[in-house]
Amino acid sequence: MSTANPTADRPQGFFAALSDSMADWGGVVIDSVTTTGDLTLFSLKVFSWLIARLPRRETLLPSFYQVGVLSLPVIALTGTFIGMVLAVQSYFTFRDLGLETRLGAVINMTLVRELGPVLAATMLAGRVGCAMAAELGTMRVTEQIDALESMGADPIHYLVVPRFLACIFLIPTLTIMADFMGVVGGYVYSVSFLNIDMHHYWYNSQRFVHTFDLFSGIFKSIFFGAAIALVSCYRGFHCTPGAEGVGRAATAAFVWSFVLILVIDLMLGKMMYTAYYYWFPNASKLF
Amino acid sequence: MTDRPNLNDPPLVQARRLRVEFGRQAVLRDVQLSVPRGQTLAIIGESGCGKTVFLKTLIGLIKPTQGEVLFDGQNLQRLGDKELVQQRIRFGYLFQNAALFDSMTIGQNVAFPLRQHRQVTDSQVQELVLARLAEVGLPDSVVVKKPAELSGGMRKRVGLARALVMNPELMLYDEPTTGLDPIMSDVINELIMSTRRTHPVTSIVVTHDMRTARKVADRVVMLFPLSRLAPGEPQIIYDGPPSELDNCHDRRVRQFIHGEAGERLMELRESRTSANA
Repeated sequence: MSTANPTADRPQGFFAALSDSMADWGGVVIDSVTTTGDLTLFSLKVFSWLIARLPRRETLLPSFYQVGVLSLPVIALTGTFIGMVLAVQSYFTFRDLGLETRLGAVINMTLVRELGPVLAATMLAGRVGCAMAAELGTMRVTEQIDALESMGADPIHYLVVPRFLACIFLIPTLTIMADFMGVVGGYVYSVSFLNIDMHHYWYNSQRFVHTFDLFSGIFKSIFFGAAIALVSCYRGFHCTPGAEGVGRAATAAFVWSFVLILVIDLMLGKMMYTAYYYWFPNASKLF
Repeated sequence: MTDRPNLNDPPLVQARRLRVEFGRQAVLRDVQLSVPRGQTLAIIGESGCGKTVFLKTLIGLIKPTQGEVLFDGQNLQRLGDKELVQQRIRFGYLFQNAALFDSMTIGQNVAFPLRQHRQVTDSQVQELVLARLAEVGLPDSVVVKKPAELSGGMRKRVGLARALVMNPELMLYDEPTTGLDPIMSDVINELIMSTRRTHPVTSIVVTHDMRTARKVADRVVMLFPLSRLAPGEPQIIYDGPPSELDNCHDRRVRQFIHGEAGERLMELRESRTSANA
């Protein structure tokens, strides 16, 4: 066996460094394309199982409990504070413009359209997505996924589909909870601490926030849930060995999920409001 | 061993010119191996020589880069998902660290294959689970425990019970005695032998424990790391009965079975010298 230093034989100088750098960038591009392709195939397998055969009740319930019930308190708490923070941040600007009675409209519209769904999804990505990636990553490293496969069980059907269903079915309820608690938090802070008139607060909220705003937020959340489940499970399945690998999978699951949530939010938000104002050109606007 | 396999029967498992690569790193190269029904084959070799990769390739957990695996005459690479599942029910696999599902109890772990593939009532499942656990010497009280509450030896035995619960035709053992004390290692060896006595099973045991190889196997195959072989040299450097291992003239086989470091010590000294220079 050769024990020579492998770097000693490599060419030195500017052109060697340039070619190394190009090779590194090429590697990054190839990795990105490969990962995107892998994630797409992974998602297609999940969808094909949804059509072919749904998981059993006993595998679904723990995922639903983990995603829905256990996430509820943290999402309610953060929703409440976001409502209050919105009231604090908006109040001074609106007071200077003499529009403080419209605070309710701004807080509630921002909550149901954007912050409620995005916040609920972000909390879900942090709490559930990371846990999914770490759990599945540990199962990969300790050969539990191989064990499933060796016993004739499809790991995607057994492990991913229940988590995917739990995310897409329960994220709308979590979003509703975030919206509701945010509305309550914003109202309590505005009326109790900022002395906004209660009647005007609700009147303006009712006037400017429509059912469509609520619907758009809940509708978007389903896509956020799907992205969180697919990305987190994918990262867990492709975890590299060791504690560092599991940690990286959990971190990557959150980062990827968060980026995807924002990208989906932008795209769906644009599409839905373009369609809405096309069909309802006379819909009331805030100003 | 009793009941020698009939070598005229078609082999149960066949690996044909198997090549496995991970990225640019080749782990197996042109490995050819046939295992007749009823045989207990031990695959020995140093860490990193590709024993576990070979075992996983045999049941399709790793797809070979080239070559094929035939199980009972069927090419596993050409089977669809459903057919592959049907074939996998015929395998039992004891993983290196047992690979028990952390989230389930011992009873649920052992019952898992039954619930996946058979229409059985709860009482039938319980009966079968307790029978399998008793077979590997575990009391009924373990069924409600989680894997984390058991010792390494007990986890291995639960893994064995789970692998046997579907009455497999082929048992694959990946390092069954690694990490166990000598007494528990011997218990596992006895269980491998009693499994063969009580079930009509073909076994492949991957191990670097020579006591295990000599005790349980009818035949021993030694794999050598590809990185240490000359181009074109076969990766299987010994294939024969365990009794002939001591008469083997290959220096690499003798070094392994006697646990001698040989030229590895010189390599270690050289790397230390170059690191200090």
